[in-house]
Amino acid sequence: MGIIEAAGLVFDYIRRDENDNIESVDRALDHLDVQIEKGSFVAILGHNGSGKSTLAKHINAILCPTEGAVWVSGMDTREDDRIWEIRKRAGMVFQNPDNQIIGNVVEEDVGFGPENIGVPTDEIWKRVDESLEAVNMTAFRYKSPNKLSGGQKQRVAIAGVMAMRPECIILDEPTAMLDPTGRKEVIRTVRELNRKEGITVILITHYMEEVVHADRVIVMEGGRIAMDGTPRDIFSRVEELKSLRLDVPQVTELAYELRKAGLDVPEGILSQEELLECLLPVLSGGSGQSI
Amino acid sequence: MIREITIGQYYPIDSVLHRMDPRTKLFGTMVFIVSLFIADNIWNYVIATVFLAAAIRLSRVPLRYMVKGLKAVLFLLLISVSFNLFLTEGEEIFRIWILRVTKEGVRTAGFMALRLIYLVVGSSVMTLTTTPNQLTDGLEKSLGFLKKIHVPIHEISMMMSIALRFIPILVEETDKIMKAQMARGADFESGNLIQKAKSMVPLFVPLFISAFRRATDLAMAMEARCYHGGEGRTRMKPLRYRRRDLAAYLTYALYLGCMIAARLLPAVLDQKIRWL
Repeated sequence: MGIIEAAGLVFDYIRRDENDNIESVDRALDHLDVQIEKGSFVAILGHNGSGKSTLAKHINAILCPTEGAVWVSGMDTREDDRIWEIRKRAGMVFQNPDNQIIGNVVEEDVGFGPENIGVPTDEIWKRVDESLEAVNMTAFRYKSPNKLSGGQKQRVAIAGVMAMRPECIILDEPTAMLDPTGRKEVIRTVRELNRKEGITVILITHYMEEVVHADRVIVMEGGRIAMDGTPRDIFSRVEELKSLRLDVPQVTELAYELRKAGLDVPEGILSQEELLECLLPVLSGGSGQSI
Repeated sequence: MIREITIGQYYPIDSVLHRMDPRTKLFGTMVFIVSLFIADNIWNYVIATVFLAAAIRLSRVPLRYMVKGLKAVLFLLLISVSFNLFLTEGEEIFRIWILRVTKEGVRTAGFMALRLIYLVVGSSVMTLTTTPNQLTDGLEKSLGFLKKIHVPIHEISMMMSIALRFIPILVEETDKIMKAQMARGADFESGNLIQKAKSMVPLFVPLFISAFRRATDLAMAMEARCYHGGEGRTRMKPLRYRRRDLAAYLTYALYLGCMIAARLLPAVLDQKIRWL
């Protein structure tokens, strides 16, 4: 059994008028089944309104399923008395870096989670030190969060989650409001946590470049899973992705176009180096093909 | 504009007063304020001056910063001084037109001014040496007894510290909205005070909407990090009294004793003399 499991998951956003009559029902998740392995790096892709954020909020027990169920480490998120245990194990990082930092000083913010779950003072300090070190933010520990860049703030937010010693981190579009440098910082940090500490990572994103390094990519559409596989699998299905209004990384797109033009390039190219390797023999072969 | 309102913002240096427990400082400020209201003769003010001067000295904050806060109350100070000066009955010293200046008037006005100045400077000593976070922590801890009568003291102090964290963010946002509206021809500069205030209204609508959105986001983020009120919460930086705090409390007691003595003694002596 995976660390996270969802079966027949349905969630409806219900809008009511003043008299509490149901005005409209939006089905955000539609009989979704998914299982996520411990220690894996899973990326979730999808267009706006595909239900990916709703799924994330279910894993953290912020939302409760309308139908079906979600289990985190075998605990059902519908049980009220397990809620804090679940949130401790599955930490969540949100999109807006400003709106999730509570402390007025970096180290105090990182200590906020452990304070809430009643960790003794000495242990809090130990965890804060370790978490700040893990995201490489120790140098900023006495700073005010307002003085940090977006990428640094997100790393503080990640440290805040790490200090609760989770098994799994869910990142809900953590890079959407960051500049390219900040995005790289955050993704590097997350990958390191996954590799070194064995934390299960669920990364929700719009940016295809961030997905390339994942173990598994899940593409969502209309509250269901549309595609599921390794990045190479997924990105070799360029047409299918485009029909879901999603892009592929630029390199993959180039390789795809070259292939369509009749060049001998394999499907699902993910990096520039890979493409170069495939192209070199073709180019140096001097078959006189014009590109 | 908003950035200028600072009655004694934290002045980051290291001093005995900075390291003192916030509860001690809060209590000290209270003692000082109370003592100012029982003061009614020159000896009281001499003792208060010595106490305040010692505190300022210990805080190592330049006097300039202490006095800065007075600008905010200058107007109030002028009004109360002139009222006291001209409207107190008593022995006349001189008069200009219908304004009579009396001996008693000069006395009360002088004391009134001193009292106000000391109030402001005295509380700045606390805010200049205590970070807002320590202050809310101190408040929470020292008002903890109110929890027994169901005052949500933890929640109030949590709200205060979150408000402090979001003030700079909202100020920045106001600035951004203002610029965006100015780029589309909004005018915040010209006109009289009422017109200026009116032109601010379109500013507040987007500001409020964004503040509410931030509040929802923050609430969710706090819940995701297992926040569930003050119950069962531990502290990363618990407040602990040290020896210097004990020394401070003893000083307070001594000071208050002196103040009460200085207030009562003249009257007692007076009576004694009459008895003799």
